[in-house]
Order: sequence, then C-alpha cells, then structure tokens
Amino acid sequence: MIPSRTALGVLGGLVALAILVGFPLAFSNPTTTTIAFFVLIFMIATTAWNAFSGLSGYIALGHAVFFGSGAYALAIGAEKLHLSGGWSVFALVPVSGVVAGVIAVPFGLVALRTRRHTFVVITIAIFFIFQLLAFNLGITGGSSGLQTPTPLWTAVGYNQRFYYVAAAILVLTVAMACGIRYSRFGLQLLAIRDDEDRARGLGVRTRRVKLLAFVASAIPTGMAGGVYAYFLGQIFPQFAFDPLFDISIALMAFFGGLGTLTGPLLGALVLESLQQEFTLNFSAGSLYLIVYGALFLVVILLLPRGVVPTLSSLAPRVREQIRRRAEVPPPPDQARDVA
Amino acid sequence: MGSAYAKAVVDGILTGGVYALMAAGLTLIFGVMDIINIAQGIMVILGAYLSYSLSVHFGMDLFATLIITIPALFVVGVAVEWFFMRRLADRDRTAMSILVTYAVAILIEGGITQVYGVSYLQLHASYVDTSVHIFGFYLPYIYLYGFALAIVLLGALYAVLYLTRFGQSLRAALQDRRAAELIGIDVDRVRTITFGIGIAVTAAGGMVFGATNSFNPNSGYDLISRLLTIVILGGLGSIGGALVAALFMLVLEDVVAVAWSPVWSTLVFFAVLVVVLTVRPEGLFGRAATRAQ
Repeated sequence: MIPSRTALGVLGGLVALAILVGFPLAFSNPTTTTIAFFVLIFMIATTAWNAFSGLSGYIALGHAVFFGSGAYALAIGAEKLHLSGGWSVFALVPVSGVVAGVIAVPFGLVALRTRRHTFVVITIAIFFIFQLLAFNLGITGGSSGLQTPTPLWTAVGYNQRFYYVAAAILVLTVAMACGIRYSRFGLQLLAIRDDEDRARGLGVRTRRVKLLAFVASAIPTGMAGGVYAYFLGQIFPQFAFDPLFDISIALMAFFGGLGTLTGPLLGALVLESLQQEFTLNFSAGSLYLIVYGALFLVVILLLPRGVVPTLSSLAPRVREQIRRRAEVPPPPDQARDVA
Repeated sequence: MGSAYAKAVVDGILTGGVYALMAAGLTLIFGVMDIINIAQGIMVILGAYLSYSLSVHFGMDLFATLIITIPALFVVGVAVEWFFMRRLADRDRTAMSILVTYAVAILIEGGITQVYGVSYLQLHASYVDTSVHIFGFYLPYIYLYGFALAIVLLGALYAVLYLTRFGQSLRAALQDRRAAELIGIDVDRVRTITFGIGIAVTAAGGMVFGATNSFNPNSGYDLISRLLTIVILGGLGSIGGALVAALFMLVLEDVVAVAWSPVWSTLVFFAVLVVVLTVRPEGLFGRAATRAQ
C-alpha cells in the first residue's frame, strides 16, 4: 500500500518534531547547540517571511526591521523592568512579537500601496530608516548598543534552554504558516500572487489580506529577534538591523522553494549551518560570502524553482515506479475469470 | 552661515551629477530588461578598487584608469547578463532578478574582501587633495572634474540612445519588447549590451566616488539603497528623471546636514522616498502605469 500525501506529511512532521526535541539531547556539545540555535532562529524568520512573501509574491526585503525591533524590545523591556536574567526574561519574548506586529501595521500600510519592484525598494528604504533610528535614538543606546541580562545558568544546559524556547516558537510559526497555507486566507494570498487585479475583481479584499499576512509574518520574526538578543547578551544596531539578514531569509526561502512549507526550513538548515561552519573554521568571512553567493547562483541555474518544488515534481514519477514494482501480477485462475 | 548653505547646494549638485550617472545605468537596465540590479552598488565599489589598483601599482592618473576600468566593467556586465540574467524566466522576472543580482553582489563583495581586506581606502591624486576657492569656500577640484565627467558621459549615453541605430533598437525594446522583435530587432543582443553599458558607467561613478569618499567592500549597501531611491523617485526607466531626482536628493541631503545634522540627513533621504511613494506610487516622473504587468 502506498501512503497518501497527507499521511506522509503528518509522519514527516512527527519525525521532524522528534528530531527537533531529541537533537540537543543527542548532541550536547556547546558549539553544536549554538549552531542549532542559530539555525532555529533562521528557520523561524524564513518560515515567517515565506508565509507573507512566498505566498503573496511581494518580496519584502525589510524584515530585519521586525527582527531588530523585537531584539530591542526585549533589551529595553528587561532594562526597564530590572530583570536580572533567568526564565523571567523569556516572558518578554511575546512582547517582542507584539512590538514587531505593531510596527508592521504602519510599515505595511505605506509599503503595500506599491507593487513589485517599488515595494521591494520601499521595504529597503524603511529598513534603513529603522537602522538609522537605532543608531541615533537615545533609548537604543546608539552605536554602543544595549546589554541584555545575563542568566546565571550553569554551562550545562545553558544553550539547551534557548534552543527549546526557539524550538517552541518554531513549532508555533510552522503551525501558523501551515494554517495560512491551507486556509481560504492562504488561497487569497496565492490569488494575489497570480493576479492581484483579478483577485480583487473576484472579491478578495486585497489590502486587508496583504496587511494581515504582513503583520502575521512580522510577529514570529520579532520573537526570534527577542530570543536572539537574549542569547547574545548584547545587541548593536548593525547586527540587529542587518541588511544581510533581509537578504539571507529571502535566499533561504528561495533556496528551499518559495511558497512551500518545508522549503524555508530546508533552506535555513542548509545555508545557516553552512554559514556557521564557515565562521567557525575560517576566520575570514569573505570566503563564506563567495561560497554563499556561488552556491545560490548554482542553485538558480540548476534548480530554478528551489530544491523542494524540483524534488516534489520528481516524486510522482518515483511513486509511479514504486507502484509498478509493488503491483503483484494477479494469480492465473483469477485472470481466467476476468477473461 | 550663508556660505555653508551655498556650499551645501554646490556640493549637492556636483555629487548629484555623479549619482545621476550611476543611477542612469540602473534605470536603463530596468527599463529595457525589467531587472533591478542590486549589484549596481558593489559594481561602483569594484570600479573604485580597480582604479585604486591601477593608480597605486601602475602610477596611472585616475582619469586614465577609466580607459581600462570602463571596458572591464562592460565585460563584467555582459558576463553577468550572459550567465544569469537571460536564464531568468519571464514570470517573476523582477523578483528573481533582485535575488540573483544580490547573490552576484555578495559574490563580488566576498571577492573584493579577499583581495583588498575590509579597511577603508580612498583614491588620491593632485586634484583630489587640492582645492579651488569659489563662492567663499574651498572645493576639491575632483568635485568639479567628476561632475564634468558625469555630464559628458550622460551626454554620451543620450547620444547613443538617440543618435545611433543601437539606441533606436534599445528604445524600441524599452517601449515594447514583442513589437521590437517582430520588426527584426535582436532583443536578446540589445539586452546584453544594455546590461554591459549600465554596468560600465559605474566604473566612472566608482572612480569619482572613491576619490570623494572613503570606501570599503561594505560601501555597496549604502550606495545601492541611495541609487534605488533615486531611480524609484525619478520613475524607473527614465534617465532624465534619474538626473533630476539625483540632484534634488543630494542637494536636499546636504542642506539638511547643514541645517540640522549630518546624522539625520540620510534619514531624510529615505523618508522623502516613503512620503513620495505614499502620495504617488509611480514616482515623481514615472509614467502612470509604468509596466503594470
């Protein structure tokens, strides 16, 4: 018997969940768990980005605004509340998400008036405005950045705590992305991607749908930024609001397959762990840039739609072969009956 | 105080001309190909580094280096178009081009960093380090020479566009790709050459930029965001619009820097874009439905 697509999906999800939970237990080496943590952060951000950009076709290159705002929200919140570290700081992570979501409303109202290339450029412009604000406002500490509380946890299990918090956010984000993808809302987004004017003609409230999706994708990105800031212990404007972050999540989603559920996860897993490997093993970050750029260009030339869609277009052929092999020729007497 | 404002305006006009040249390449590429070339910023920086090497190692005059760097970047542009751009599917072309050219930009940034490192450099020559006294303030000669160069090259670009057969084909491809193909224009060839020209002008822009600013491999990001702002404000595909927008933005930025603070002038630069696009999504000089596809 060949399992159905849904059954395979559920099975794959459970296996992925088991790996997600079991990973830090199996590999407790701090270097490995640090890399795993960064991979999770990018998985969250890429999945969230894809839930808006991948489905609607609006390529946003300003999500670092949400990531950075989430990071600063956590740092400023912890400072104002005089939190001394430990679990209580994690309670601010939802606040990071809310702050990012609130910022996404005016951001989206302005940017979503434009389309295609103009939208891309306006998201970049708004990103730079936020980066400049982070450099120059009093509340952000300017270029010297902000400290987040240092948790007084022992080295054993230190990374694991951050890992599991990030993992929990990832599960929620994937659930959200899945919910959007297979709902009426997701279909409306896909209709906007295919032909926005026609979608509007057919009764899709395009403005509202786009803005809602934009805000929905900002919230997990902000939460990821909050956890990231707490993990690093301090934040600087150029790392919280990093133009490379904007493009990295787009490249990761694209690498795996724009608009798919598993693509962004795969893209973040491959590209972020590659980046961390490079940073650890080669002090020069420039080599990484070359490999990263070249890898991406090769993928575009060979798999223009991304890894996951290309593989899944191969899947029916493979399934057909499996089915042929599995088919037992009918016993001779039955064959006679039919005849 | 009055002279500070006069200096700001003159500075803005002179640097604006150079930005207009770099933006012209970007807007030309977009107009003909529907491609946003994110790598334009790093190409400018690449041009600056090439001029640096030629002037330091071979003792060439900065303006003489252009004889080598302009063709070199033309070849780079043709190669990028040949290897990557023409492989993009027509669907999602603009979105894809942003990602691909970003990857190209990262690749070039990595290459430059490997060769030159990350420390800041600046181009030097006698006319960079000496100044002329006009309107009551001092201005390095390079600003005047750079502006003159930009105007000459922009004029040359216009001449190519409006006086040559290639320019005619290019404008035809810009207006309507299919119709151009139907009357026998090899649009693919036009696109490749256009991309080459669009990149080649960054060599000149890069030399002047490198002589008037210190730069490192990271400078491409700041540049591309400014150039994109200029071409969007000017209306994508319009060289005249890019010129007006570049002069306007650079003068505005310099005046704000004097009136308020240099820190916030960059913010004004981007804020103007956001405000203008909120009111007029097609840009200041854009045609109403610029390629609404």
